[in-house]
Amino acid sequence: MEKRIGVFVCHCGLNIAGTVDVEQVVEAVKDYPDVVYAGNYIYMCSDPGQELVRTTIREQNLNGVVMSNCSPLMHEKTFRRVATKAGLNPYLLEIANIREDVSWPHENEKELATKKAISIVKMAIEKLKRNVELTPMVVPLHKRALVVGGGIAGITAALEIASAGYEVIVVEKLPYVGGHAAQLAGTFPTLDRVPCLMAPMIAKMISHPKIKVYTNAEVDEVSGYVGNFIVKIKTSPSYIDEGKCNNCGLCLEKCPVTCPSEFDCGLAERKAIYITPPETMSQKVLIDPGNCLHLNGDECRACEEICPTKAIDFLQQGITVEKTVGAIIVATGYGLWDKKNIPEYESDPDVIDGLQFERILSPSGPTGGDIRRPSDGKVPKQIVFISCCGSRDPEHGFTYCSRVCCMYIAKQAVLYSRTVPGGQAYVFYMDIRSDSKGYEEFVKSAMEEERVLYLRGRVSKLFRDGDKIKVWGSDTLSGKSVEISADLVIMATAMTPREGAIALARKLNVTVDAIGFLTEAHPKLQPVETLTTGIYLAGTVQWPRDIPDSIASTGGAVSKVLSMFSRKELLHEPTIAWPDEEVCSGCGICASVCTYNAIEIDPIKRVAKVNEAVCESCGACIASCPSGAMRHKNWNARQFMDMIDIATGAYV
Amino acid sequence: MQLVCDQFQETGDPAFSKRVKEVSESGLERCYQCLTCTLSCPVAFAMDYPPHQIVRMVQLGLKEQVLRSSTIWICASCLSCVTRCPNEIDIPHLMDTLHQIALHEGVAAKEPAVAMFHEAFLAPIKKYGRQYEAMMTIGYMLRARQFSPKDLLNNALLGFKMITKRKLKLLPPHSIKGAKEIRGIFEKTEERGK
Ligand SMILES: Cc1cc2nc3c(=O)[nH]c(=O)nc-3n(C[C@H](O)[C@H](O)[C@H](O)COP(=O)(O)OP(=O)(O)OC[C@H]3O[C@@H](n4cnc5c(N)ncnc54)[C@H](O)[C@@H]3O)c2cc1C
Ligand code: SF4
Ligand code: SF4
Ligand code: SF4
Ligand code: SF4
Repeated sequence: MEKRIGVFVCHCGLNIAGTVDVEQVVEAVKDYPDVVYAGNYIYMCSDPGQELVRTTIREQNLNGVVMSNCSPLMHEKTFRRVATKAGLNPYLLEIANIREDVSWPHENEKELATKKAISIVKMAIEKLKRNVELTPMVVPLHKRALVVGGGIAGITAALEIASAGYEVIVVEKLPYVGGHAAQLAGTFPTLDRVPCLMAPMIAKMISHPKIKVYTNAEVDEVSGYVGNFIVKIKTSPSYIDEGKCNNCGLCLEKCPVTCPSEFDCGLAERKAIYITPPETMSQKVLIDPGNCLHLNGDECRACEEICPTKAIDFLQQGITVEKTVGAIIVATGYGLWDKKNIPEYESDPDVIDGLQFERILSPSGPTGGDIRRPSDGKVPKQIVFISCCGSRDPEHGFTYCSRVCCMYIAKQAVLYSRTVPGGQAYVFYMDIRSDSKGYEEFVKSAMEEERVLYLRGRVSKLFRDGDKIKVWGSDTLSGKSVEISADLVIMATAMTPREGAIALARKLNVTVDAIGFLTEAHPKLQPVETLTTGIYLAGTVQWPRDIPDSIASTGGAVSKVLSMFSRKELLHEPTIAWPDEEVCSGCGICASVCTYNAIEIDPIKRVAKVNEAVCESCGACIASCPSGAMRHKNWNARQFMDMIDIATGAYV
Repeated sequence: MQLVCDQFQETGDPAFSKRVKEVSESGLERCYQCLTCTLSCPVAFAMDYPPHQIVRMVQLGLKEQVLRSSTIWICASCLSCVTRCPNEIDIPHLMDTLHQIALHEGVAAKEPAVAMFHEAFLAPIKKYGRQYEAMMTIGYMLRARQFSPKDLLNNALLGFKMITKRKLKLLPPHSIKGAKEIRGIFEKTEERGK
């Protein structure tokens, strides 16, 4: 078919025309082979500009358009819409970027700029000649979301999506939801008690008709792509027939095995058969298979024998369910740096970490809200906090700041000072990071009203001295070394990636950073997206955050999901990779380089097959294919060669 | 808490910081250690600890060192520091509080002359309800044992000049109307400070 190409050169006010001689560009291409029209206008993107393009396509019966203006990121979509309106396939329109690539970088070299602009326009014309008509693919959209992790971020995400009317599946690894937030004694800076915050949320989630919560469950496998993820969820058995159990608790009395309670951070004990903690709003009895004697080959059946309703079922199996979801929010939270990493501190029962102290301060904690130290149950009169344990310490742990410890130290010191009259709290710190609403004031009030003494310096040594723990440190503000005889020492250990985060990221095909936190697609412009379309991040799975920040990031992720769900179907760009089956040898190299797992080797034909909905057009496979079988739609090798010819020809 | 340093060992006394805080009402826990006070102070060069350090030492409860410092006596109560402190910490009030405590606890003043001057200044006021410069001057000379011929001559010359310019009266002044009440204030304050 005869080519009839139109070229439209935009002035962009003086942005382009101030540097590039647009008239000369028009002159240079107007008689170029296959060009039947060339014109310029002050603002092509304005209404009259668009109208000019539309009517010219019609009048000149164009079958190809080169828009020479700003970057395709700005207006490719605009002009492709115009082309569609004029009856031209939008993929027969190309952008020649003469603003970001020409007029801006060559502001002081007008002649060169014009020459370069002409060559860029000619390159676009050459490329366009081999473009084919394409149509975006329509991808079905399952308007159901999966939320992985049932901490405060995951719960918030589930409630928000469900309240917009969509189904949500929540997968929580532990037998109960709530995450770390449920373990806290109170929250800074307002000191809200946690049950007041969490209980209504958890209760609402559990009873919501649109939300299905799987506890004791994990995501086993994920396949598919945005709008169409197929997830396999695997639950572990509780060994209790929930229909029969009436929570009488007789089994707990009979069970001979005691082990440390995870929820109380090892400060209290539980049985191998136990009830989930009340803070998590679930009262479920379950057996911990790791500690149960029977499940490890022993005779013991004590719980089964005592259970009046015969609810114990040692043969119970976990289930695997398969669900299709359109979007996934990952909210698996954080971990804490183990204080065992500093052996000198770890060996003493009265040297604890921040989360353990939360439990001691909690009214429903192991001491029933009395502040007592682990070793002998005495009320500690002098307590010492050590900030930045592992954080900001590349030598021992991590380079980054954990962002919440400064604030929770102040909170814990206030709660302590209010509960223990005459008690004195000391805080060793490097600097105090209190950078959110009401935070600085809260820290100041801890100093002023609760007389918490802040010492700016590090601790050099801790050692047991009879009843006391001697803390040696420095106060750099007075330039003095300090020794404190403490009853209890609290280490603010670093917030770290959650154990298993990397394995989960692999399953979901999302990236992690050097530390192991899941990474966003762009640190500024796409802070809640991952590089895999349709998978979003919420809360501390991404970075240390406090509750308000976790909730805010969750809001961002939720809005992405809801905006996707507000569409009828998803469209996918058609400019993707395709294998020439005649040439493909089925070597599979392309499949191994594709980050998006878009390529499979057809087992029968022994050739590569690209999943069109998954391919993100990165081009890796094309570069890797040794036989040149992998092609890119509208970006084939001939097009590149033709463009290179022009580019180099202009300068010889 | 024990604070250890090369020259001395002192155990921080939280009761001391609490007392100073309450009496001085200076809000000293707010201190940032930004050093604005010290940079503003016209006499910091003459102090053994600059003002911001006194604030820190009081926070730490280093009673001995604070009460024995020259700083608390050298402060001229010029108020430059309070004016500029971002936390409105009333350092001169803090210094006054520390004088009082030092006097009551019988801690020898590092700058005895300043303490004597304060005493000599207050004695006539207690007696007459107003200042009586001659009494103050002689009171100070006696306290400070300024009996050398040179001191006597200098003071006599200055006194003579002031008398001729009517700046100094030799005879005691009339007691003011509320002299008794003023004395009452002195006595009550002394009683309370004990
Ligand atoms: C000592 C301490 C005190 C704090 N005090 C405060 C405070 O006062 N105020 C404040 O704002 N913030 C505070 N924080 C921070 C607060 O804990 C976090 O901001 C908040 O809990 C983050 O919630 P999250 O949902 O992102 O993560 P998490 O609470 O960690 O929840 C993640 C959930 O995902 C589950 N999960 C993990 N892996 C998987 C998996 N593979 N599959 C399925 N589920 C999984 C976990 O079991 C958990 O339930 C404190 C932190 C600490 C350490
Ligand atoms: S928040 Fe404070 S204590 Fe925690 S790492 Fe940062 S500076 Fe250190
Ligand atoms: S272009 Fe990129 S995303 Fe598409 S199949 Fe090839 S490697 Fe995968
Ligand atoms: S100016 Fe105020 S805040 Fe700054 S060091 Fe002095 S007393 Fe502290
Ligand atoms: S009031 Fe005292 S400490 Fe403050 S600036 Fe004046 S002399 Fe210095």
